[in-house]
Amino acid sequence: MPTIRPEQDYFAHLAQGRFMLQRSRASGKFFFYPRVAEPVTGGRDLEWVDASGRGIVHATTVVRPKPPQQPYNVALVDLEEGPRMMSRVEGVAPEAVHIGMRVRARIGTQDDKPVVLFDPEQKGQA
Amino acid sequence: MSADRFPRGRSAIVAASTYGIGESPGLSSMDLAVSASLGALDQVGLKPGDVDGLFIGLPDDFLSGLTFAEYLGIQPRITENNRTGGSAFLTHAMWAALAIDAGQCDVALIAYGSNQRSGAGGLVSSMRPPAYEAPYKLVRPVGAYAFATSRYMHEYGLKREQLGEVALAARRWAQLNPDAFMRDPLTMEDYLKSRMVSDPISVRDCCLVTDGAAAVVMVSAERAKHLVKRPVYLLGAAAATDHRDITSMPDLTRTAAVHSGARAFAQAGVKPSDIDVAEVYDAFTINTILFLEDLGFCKKGEGGAFVEGGRIAPGGALPVNTNGGGLSCVHPGMYGLFTMVEATQQLMGAAGERQVKDAKLAVAHGNGGELSSQATLVLGTEETL
Repeated sequence: MPTIRPEQDYFAHLAQGRFMLQRSRASGKFFFYPRVAEPVTGGRDLEWVDASGRGIVHATTVVRPKPPQQPYNVALVDLEEGPRMMSRVEGVAPEAVHIGMRVRARIGTQDDKPVVLFDPEQKGQA
Repeated sequence: MSADRFPRGRSAIVAASTYGIGESPGLSSMDLAVSASLGALDQVGLKPGDVDGLFIGLPDDFLSGLTFAEYLGIQPRITENNRTGGSAFLTHAMWAALAIDAGQCDVALIAYGSNQRSGAGGLVSSMRPPAYEAPYKLVRPVGAYAFATSRYMHEYGLKREQLGEVALAARRWAQLNPDAFMRDPLTMEDYLKSRMVSDPISVRDCCLVTDGAAAVVMVSAERAKHLVKRPVYLLGAAAATDHRDITSMPDLTRTAAVHSGARAFAQAGVKPSDIDVAEVYDAFTINTILFLEDLGFCKKGEGGAFVEGGRIAPGGALPVNTNGGGLSCVHPGMYGLFTMVEATQQLMGAAGERQVKDAKLAVAHGNGGELSSQATLVLGTEETL
């Protein structure tokens, strides 16, 4: 089994345009952030799986820095696979992001590095 | 799981002091911590050399236990410097009680100090956001507490006016405390107009950034009686943690205080309704509501209604954060030890204008990280033994 290097592997996947999550083969449970072992069980039978990209906003805030910097959103998103992650919902005003909102992941770039962002799910998107 | 035994009432706080609350230019965090410690030791005629159990954790010195011992030229038998955040000092009291009972130390000193207002010019934190979260530029810790507040509002319909009640109560207590940093009147209108920092949290939902130091001396119950008229006995103490970063908090509306509180109350053999005064770590207004619920003063979801009508303010049914709290009295990065100092002063009957009449039982509750680490102490006077 190849050695898992959690952070390195995760960002390498993002750089290749893939948002991937880890899960334990035995339990089938996903977790985030990436680790060398499954929480609680300590299981090391881990595999990387492409995330569905579907999520629901669990909590949200609008960070209001001093002007002229613009306010921006930061949200906690519950992924369809189970884990929760921090991200930013774009494509709507930061105040319009609300708890329960269905969102879709996309890989964007920030500070020259790949980063997972979310957009509101469009009607008809499944 | 083994039985949750605690040496109830077998150790006591005999001295408690603060130092340099507000602005103390020209003093390092260690200078401040030492000054508070000497103030506390003076109260009971002890010298630094008498301290053989040292418990400390400064925000800007990873090895602060060693630095403190070196500064005062002491060689403690126990040097404890844990890192559970602002709750650390309440866990120190727990370990000190166990160590005193086991004969591992005789005089335990718990100390804290920070010059982060005048020295560093802002919040000092050794916390770095993980690589997975740094790009989103959440302002921490306020943003983490904003998430918890947003979720709580969503689930329980909490109103901003109810958070405002917490801020107003803290200010009214601060007005009775000459040491408090912010004592000017605060109205609900002022609160509702205050600038948003990280929605739904505004400036007036946030604790202060001040300098300040605190120290507490603990000895065996036996020795305590010879040192002071009214020792403050440690009746129960427990700590719990369930995450570090807010993203991993199992339920954003329920803290591990549910566990630390239940254990501490069970050890003490008392109920929340027996408590005369509660000092809970109010880094943000939501904290007070969460901790009142999680410690059992009211049910989950009822905290907002509970604090209405001045219930936790001076003259209210349950005096909470009687020094003015982190919101209006002092918040030098970590506030935990100040809950113990204020609880001690209340139980010793030494709280001046803000004294809660006939206070016999108090809770001191500390929080660390992003609602991550919870530690609860139940403290009582001799009548409660």
